[in-house]
Amino acid sequence: MTPVTVGGGAHWTAVSSPTAVPATSTAPRPDTPLDPDAAISVRGLVRRYGQFTAVDGLDLDIHRGEIFALLGPNGAGKTTTVEICEGFRRRDAGEVRVLGTDPATGGRRWKGQLGIVLQSGAGDSQLTCGELLRAQASYYPDPRDPDEVLELVGLTEKAGVRGRALSGGQRRRLDVALGIVGRPTLLFLDEPTTGFDPEARRQFWSLIRSLRDLGTTMLLTTHYLDEAEALADRVGVIARGRLVEVAVPSALGGRGSAPAVVSWTEDGVRRTQDTQTPTALVAELAGRLGGEVPDLAVARPTLEDVYLRMIGDPA
Amino acid sequence: MTATQERTLPSVASVCRTRAGVELKEFFRQRESVVFTLMFPVILLLVFGAVLDYDLGSGISFTQYFMAGVIAAGILGASLQNMAISIATERSDGTLKGLSGTPMPKSAFFVGKVVQVLVVTVAIVAILLAIGALFYDIDLPSGTDWLTFAWVAALGSAACTLLGIAISSLARNGRSASATVTPVALVLQFISGVFFQFSEVPTWLQTVAALFPLKWMAQGLRSVFLPDALAAQEPAGHWELGRVALVLGIWCVVGLVLCVRTFRWQDRGDG
Repeated sequence: MTPVTVGGGAHWTAVSSPTAVPATSTAPRPDTPLDPDAAISVRGLVRRYGQFTAVDGLDLDIHRGEIFALLGPNGAGKTTTVEICEGFRRRDAGEVRVLGTDPATGGRRWKGQLGIVLQSGAGDSQLTCGELLRAQASYYPDPRDPDEVLELVGLTEKAGVRGRALSGGQRRRLDVALGIVGRPTLLFLDEPTTGFDPEARRQFWSLIRSLRDLGTTMLLTTHYLDEAEALADRVGVIARGRLVEVAVPSALGGRGSAPAVVSWTEDGVRRTQDTQTPTALVAELAGRLGGEVPDLAVARPTLEDVYLRMIGDPA
Repeated sequence: MTATQERTLPSVASVCRTRAGVELKEFFRQRESVVFTLMFPVILLLVFGAVLDYDLGSGISFTQYFMAGVIAAGILGASLQNMAISIATERSDGTLKGLSGTPMPKSAFFVGKVVQVLVVTVAIVAILLAIGALFYDIDLPSGTDWLTFAWVAALGSAACTLLGIAISSLARNGRSASATVTPVALVLQFISGVFFQFSEVPTWLQTVAALFPLKWMAQGLRSVFLPDALAAQEPAGHWELGRVALVLGIWCVVGLVLCVRTFRWQDRGDG
């Protein structure tokens, strides 16, 4: 089962700021045409493995310049969808355009605009990090400087170390370095931080933000809800092969407008109440209980709450 | 983005150079591949040369006969075994998938592999000839024998490289490729006149061996290392160089067709 990893509770229950609660958007409707300006546009995507339908009529638009996070449990169809967009897997039905090209027919020029960090990562190599990056750079029309890329991912000191001698987290950073050395317009990141310690993940996040500032579009799949919330402009939740919702992280699942839960202790009994007006309720409690309300807490549903509700819904 | 579209892709030739460098480093830095592929024939030559140094008649030592066989076995290892195992490994560990997602021209990958096989083969042949000449008093080929040596080695190497690439697609991973290919290669060496004189192999096994390229490589190389008087011991009573070329040529075609039809950049069921 999917490990749902969540960051600090305080972060999650923070009440959204009153100014910026963008409207919840949904996945594009299947009957709308492909978006020619989108970095990725998908309509009615279907992929079956024998009797199992991994992707079951998925619609998706990813705009140029945004970071889009695809969330979902194992087996929901994340990797299948991403690998169809990358050109690795065939599809049984549907239309797909990635940077205006059908991935099933994409050639060298098209691949030259992509950066791909696979879930499985690169293999064991006898080449050093520096040699691997220089080789990879030589395949692209306008590569980044391999030394600068090593610096970006924090592997400068490992430039002379062979790929196979790196630790798990270092290997993943090498994978990311190989993915960005070609100066991609569109970067695919399939669970890029699995196996990272918290410090390495923070560093990775700042790398991703700096790539966004350079205009790179990114499609990120992750198990980590805090990662999606920290990085993504929009989040799509995929369950049973369909995109069940697309929204900015703070509005996912109606989180921005969900009722607050106020809890307190009165007459030695723990009480909770759902309310759209928590401030009024707290003021009323303060008046009734005469000052400080015992054990007062005001909470909104966390991203984890809404996520688990979405993926748990029976079809 | 506009800059990317204006810039031209690197030429196929330049990527081929990169790939050749990558493949040579991958081979020569890996202890297992250097020991098994490069040193194994050398050890065989040293051991057999020391143990089985008997006279075949006409003043020809078994080591002179074995020279042809061990070079054929060395070529088989550098091409068929090397390709089958290394490509199966690179397929199962995701290296091939990663490469196929880059703008690397697919042809450059195969050029890199061919350069690796070529360099390793030349190294094995040179080491074996040097050891044979220095320690076992081997008569080196002369005159047109070198020409025969060159085409037999090149044609045999090409056939075995293509077959190795094709076989890699049958294996689940590098370990299973090694477990399958290594014993088969060993059996072929026993029945193809590498370790023993081919004339001592039972006739029905000679027929089996004749279906595979190793027997024909060894036979072609015997014509290079042995005096023509010993051709009488061959199954046909002569060196059959025309048939050597024909069988190896057929295996090149079969191997190429198998490669084109079966080559995968990803694990089975992963597409």
